[in-house]
Amino acid sequence: MHIIDRRLNPRGKSLENRQRFLRRAKDAVQQAVRRSLQSRSIRDVLDGGEVSLPIGGMGEPSFRRAEGGITDHVLPGNRAFVEGDIIPRPPGQGAGRPKEAGQGDGEDGFRFVLTREEFLSVFLDDLELPELAKRRLSETEEMSPVRAGYSISGSPSNLSIDRTTRLAMMRRIALKRPKPAEIEALQRQIDECENEETRLLLEAELKSLTERIRRIPYVDPLDVRYRRFDNEPKPVAKAVMFCLMDVSGSMSEHMKDLAKRFYLLLYLFLSQRYEKVEIVFIRHTEKAEEVDEDTFFYGQATGGTLVSSALAAMRSIIAARFDPTEWNIYAAQASDGDNSYRDEAPTGHLLKHEILPLCQYFAYIEVDEEGGDSLASNSPLWRLYESIRPSAATLAMRKVCRKNEIFPVFHDLFQKRSTQTKAVP
Amino acid sequence: MTQAAMQKDRLLFEGADWDFSTLQRIHDACEEIAIGELGLDVYPNQIEVITAEQMLDAYSSTGMPLFYRHWSFGKHFAHHEAFYRRGMRDLAYEIVINSSPCISYLMEENTATMQTLVIAHAAFGHNHFFKNNYLFKLWTDAEGILDYLDFAKSYIARCEERYGETAVERTLDAAHALMSHGVHRYAGKTRLDLRQEEKRQQERRAHEEQMFNDLWRTVPSGRKRDAADVDLERRRAALGLPQDNLLYFLEKSSPRLQPWQREILRIVRHVAQYFHPQRQTKVMNEGTATYVHYQIMERLHDRGQISDGNYFEFLKSHTNVVFQPTFDDRRFSGFNPYALGFAMMQDIERIVTDPTDEDREWFPDIAGRGDPMQVLRGIWADYRDESFISQFLSPHLIRKWRLFQLYDDPQMSEGILVSAIHDERGYKRVRRQLAREYDIGWTDPRIDIVDVDLAGDRRLLLQHRAPNDWVLEDSETRQVLQHLADLWGYDVMLQEIDGAEKVVKEHVAHPREIRQKGDLFA
Repeated sequence: MHIIDRRLNPRGKSLENRQRFLRRAKDAVQQAVRRSLQSRSIRDVLDGGEVSLPIGGMGEPSFRRAEGGITDHVLPGNRAFVEGDIIPRPPGQGAGRPKEAGQGDGEDGFRFVLTREEFLSVFLDDLELPELAKRRLSETEEMSPVRAGYSISGSPSNLSIDRTTRLAMMRRIALKRPKPAEIEALQRQIDECENEETRLLLEAELKSLTERIRRIPYVDPLDVRYRRFDNEPKPVAKAVMFCLMDVSGSMSEHMKDLAKRFYLLLYLFLSQRYEKVEIVFIRHTEKAEEVDEDTFFYGQATGGTLVSSALAAMRSIIAARFDPTEWNIYAAQASDGDNSYRDEAPTGHLLKHEILPLCQYFAYIEVDEEGGDSLASNSPLWRLYESIRPSAATLAMRKVCRKNEIFPVFHDLFQKRSTQTKAVP
Repeated sequence: MTQAAMQKDRLLFEGADWDFSTLQRIHDACEEIAIGELGLDVYPNQIEVITAEQMLDAYSSTGMPLFYRHWSFGKHFAHHEAFYRRGMRDLAYEIVINSSPCISYLMEENTATMQTLVIAHAAFGHNHFFKNNYLFKLWTDAEGILDYLDFAKSYIARCEERYGETAVERTLDAAHALMSHGVHRYAGKTRLDLRQEEKRQQERRAHEEQMFNDLWRTVPSGRKRDAADVDLERRRAALGLPQDNLLYFLEKSSPRLQPWQREILRIVRHVAQYFHPQRQTKVMNEGTATYVHYQIMERLHDRGQISDGNYFEFLKSHTNVVFQPTFDDRRFSGFNPYALGFAMMQDIERIVTDPTDEDREWFPDIAGRGDPMQVLRGIWADYRDESFISQFLSPHLIRKWRLFQLYDDPQMSEGILVSAIHDERGYKRVRRQLAREYDIGWTDPRIDIVDVDLAGDRRLLLQHRAPNDWVLEDSETRQVLQHLADLWGYDVMLQEIDGAEKVVKEHVAHPREIRQKGDLFA
């Protein structure tokens, strides 16, 4: 009898099967993940969690009998029946055999738990920053190690056993290091030898051989070689995302919630997908300020509306910190579309001549009350941007009224595009 | 040494903790009883200690330690895991594999008592059954199965590399859909060798010469069969029709399959065949294992190798295992194979050792034979569920369990008829019906390939025998037929035929255009 402890075996034996299953169920999982986004707060959603899938398309069909037909079955525990009794059928339940429990159990409401990684990869699948074009080397470089031959010094983990033993063998052959077999043979000769004289001779030979063996080591420090790596700088695409949010008095709680949800998705997407993306948060009333993430999402502020202030702030931050020749610049602006009348001309000018030429992509989200029409808008800002759009291909506009529209709009703005086609309003 | 100390010395373990030497001791003690006293004959044992996650792994790949990759196993895993996590379902205490050496998995969470129970149950009960039951001997190769699965796994992985995961997955999906109809139900006839054939031919000739009578020539013969009939017959013979092993037929005769696809069908077919005996012996297999563990545990306790406390722990889980709720109980979900099997084994023990007059009348062969283990070993070797129940379900047990039979005809608007109960008139009927419910030849839909239109559009014709209005489930049947058509490469038609040879329903499927790497027609 053998006892084997399998507990230490590598875990995740069925991981591959699980991934195949998820790939197969991709559409359904995506639907489920998006559904779960609406019902939960976004922070909760990030932890992964249980999703429930419809079984369609993932069933494993086989030839099975349908319910019904004439059936006979034996049951235990008869109390009062005698032969010939007729039992009325239970109401509501069609004719046929009693449902066999344990057979279809849970098949239609198929629920299971996704890990955080799986959840995010499904959630962020097929999203990307458009036009991530400017790649160049900069001073804070990412290095990647590249194989560069062998060296005589290095860390033990880089020891090249192959090369070392080859060199050692070459040296042993060149210096004629005696083989153990030779010595054994000689020893045997000595043992069998009866002639005293030859024996002495042989012993002398053996002595010289053993000394030689001692002098010529099997592996000499000279033989040791290490794999050598050189660090090569890797070009990276640097990108910055400007998040511009209107927090003026005209924005209702609902609108702010919509805008924040949008930015949370954006933040999540960028921080999970791109290691090298800077995010700049700017909120504005009649004046704009750069804030940190927490203030941006959870801070309270209110006031009038001057959209140009935010654009001006963005322009000065770009000038100070993000050289447009090196950085891919993106912006996402959320607003209820209100702007003071006298600000219209400066805003238009700033956007058209100073901001848009620097940007790879500028997304404008207009948020409205729950009952609004998410297809059309008549706000001053929308009209202004609409007039700029024909001359600026990098400007995309969307309107959102309800929570459940956030994800589709977000997805639409940032989905992978095959060529240069831009999101159209 | 005091008596208490001596007693303590004899114990296999104390409390709930165990380590590997405890397992060894437990196994040796069980083996002594199983081989020495019960006369069991087992494959060498291999006991593997695993975690809950590994148990879930094993669940999802049909219990085998290695298996090829397929998404459906991932689905089962996710399914079981979700149930397990929410605490809705406990994991099995053990899984045992019909292989040599016989592998039993023990969960690390089990207490020492549970490990003893599991070793007695799986490593000796199931093990003996696997090695000795005629179905397993006929259909499974315990020595070869693990090597074969290893081959299957690497073969399918190689196919995936060469022909793409999608193509392999599609083939496997189709094969899995037909898996339930990919087994040989009867042992094939053995191929005669040529010399024997010749001898037989000579014998026939001699017989004909002996019996020659010219008078026969004058007897008017019946209608000459027309050419179409002869043609049909010849075609059927050439293709080996009718054929109920759909996978076998496709593997051998489908015109459009690639060699690797045939091999995959063959692998799925072999796996299905390997599990075929288990489907036919649920009650017997579990009954045997439960009876054996009960015997072993009882004797271990008698010898003082298990303390009273641990014995009570065993009794508690044993009672849970063999619990059979009655039909009106909320927990009722059909017969519990452990309960039915164990009750029948114990009943047979009673009949052998202490029969009543009724038993002597019903079971003259075994009543009062005196050695229950000898009788049981014979039964375990030679029966499957259906024959076992129809032979050995005694009136005593039918009364004890108060079995009754219902006849449910949807046409009968008054309700369901109680057609037999546990009385003199009912015993035989109840027993026959219960046995029938365990006959997979009766409960599984019977589907045969009956004809191929070779001269025309190569349409494959299948028939489903549907007595008692047992038609197939519509949407699933369509999906399976689709898979079948994809494998066959041409149209497929399935007719459902009722008891009066009338076609009640027809399903048709056309093959999907599969354009894949390596397809001859792509």
